[in-house]
Amino acid sequence: MIQFDRVTVAKEGRTILSEISLDLSEHRIGVIGNNGSGKSTFLRLFNGLERPTTGRVCYKGEDKTDLRQHVGFVFQNPDNQIVFPMVDEDLAFGLKARKLSKPEIKTRIDAVLTELSLTHLRERLTHQLSGGEKQMVALAGVLVTRPDLIVFDEPTTLLDLRNKLRFMSVLDALPHPAVVVSHDLDLLAGFDRILHIEDGHIIADGAPDVVIPAYIARSTC
Amino acid sequence: MLTELYVVGQSPLHLAPPALKLGLLFVYCTLLFVIPHPGVLAIGAAVVTFGYALAGLKASHAVMAVRPAFYILVIIFAVQLWLEGPGMAAYIVARFACLLMAASLVTFTTKASEFIDGILAALTYAPAWVPKAKIALAMSLVWRFIPMVRGIFDEVREAQSARGLGRNMTALFVPIIVRTLKSADEISEAIHARSLED
Repeated sequence: MIQFDRVTVAKEGRTILSEISLDLSEHRIGVIGNNGSGKSTFLRLFNGLERPTTGRVCYKGEDKTDLRQHVGFVFQNPDNQIVFPMVDEDLAFGLKARKLSKPEIKTRIDAVLTELSLTHLRERLTHQLSGGEKQMVALAGVLVTRPDLIVFDEPTTLLDLRNKLRFMSVLDALPHPAVVVSHDLDLLAGFDRILHIEDGHIIADGAPDVVIPAYIARSTC
Repeated sequence: MLTELYVVGQSPLHLAPPALKLGLLFVYCTLLFVIPHPGVLAIGAAVVTFGYALAGLKASHAVMAVRPAFYILVIIFAVQLWLEGPGMAAYIVARFACLLMAASLVTFTTKASEFIDGILAALTYAPAWVPKAKIALAMSLVWRFIPMVRGIFDEVREAQSARGLGRNMTALFVPIIVRTLKSADEISEAIHARSLED
């Protein structure tokens, strides 16, 4: 679905990602690596938040300029992703930006709130929600836009165990392909493919049962 | 707090267009000011009380509307008591209370997004160079992030108090500014990610 063709990202004379070439088509792809390794920059390339300094990011074989139309982004901290005071207003934000009609906006919001069992939050003030509820609302804000692919930047970092388990079950049930950057190796254990990034390079790429033990061994030695 | 003023409901006031509510509020405030008569004030008080009942609001909501201005009302009452006597002091304070309750009635029954739609409607005929959508988004962000900045303030104040720096302004405001600016960067990025524009 997404192809990276010799993608390099450099900022202020520092190379953050170097010559990344990948063809990503699996349903669940995890990305691991130490802090500052380039994971978040890699993720931001999917949504067009970051542009390659050299190389191309292609969607279904085309070098698209409107990646945001196809790729949803769930940030680590939902407090910085939710921009309206009420849940239903926030969910409508991305849809209004896409100039959808009011009935279509309502239909989509109803469907996603039902799908995620969040209908009771519809008219709640966003700043009064718990951390777990905020993360779900942030996800709902992405799902209403009906993306083809969703990328998650450390989605469970701020969640307690109960909310983490709930998030994992929701993620498991999502029909969308997903790319997840996380330090939470439990979350990634059942994924189809894991990429290990260090110092801007993909140093391992394969099944979780191969890449994750090697990552742990490398991190503990 | 501003962001906590909306009360969920389906009353006629909740369903009324924001522009109509703001227009009626303007007329209400103007009449109370230009006709300084106790009878008009009594009618005004009855109207705003009826409005609260119609919207399904409780007496506690009226108290919530007036409470932030309590000390100012006390000062106004004291000054008027000294200058004009008890009758005028009570009249002036009651009029301010009615105005506050009427204004809060509008915010209790109007969502931020409805206000913003109203602002966009009012800007329909503004020149093309006026960034209407950005003005509306900025308004919603103010609404949304006042509690977040207040939360940052409380966290930093507690942390610095624990270090014995509770009264040190530098220790208080430098982390608040740094965290707020960092959040602003992330919020800006999230808005880009969720919308289709750069």
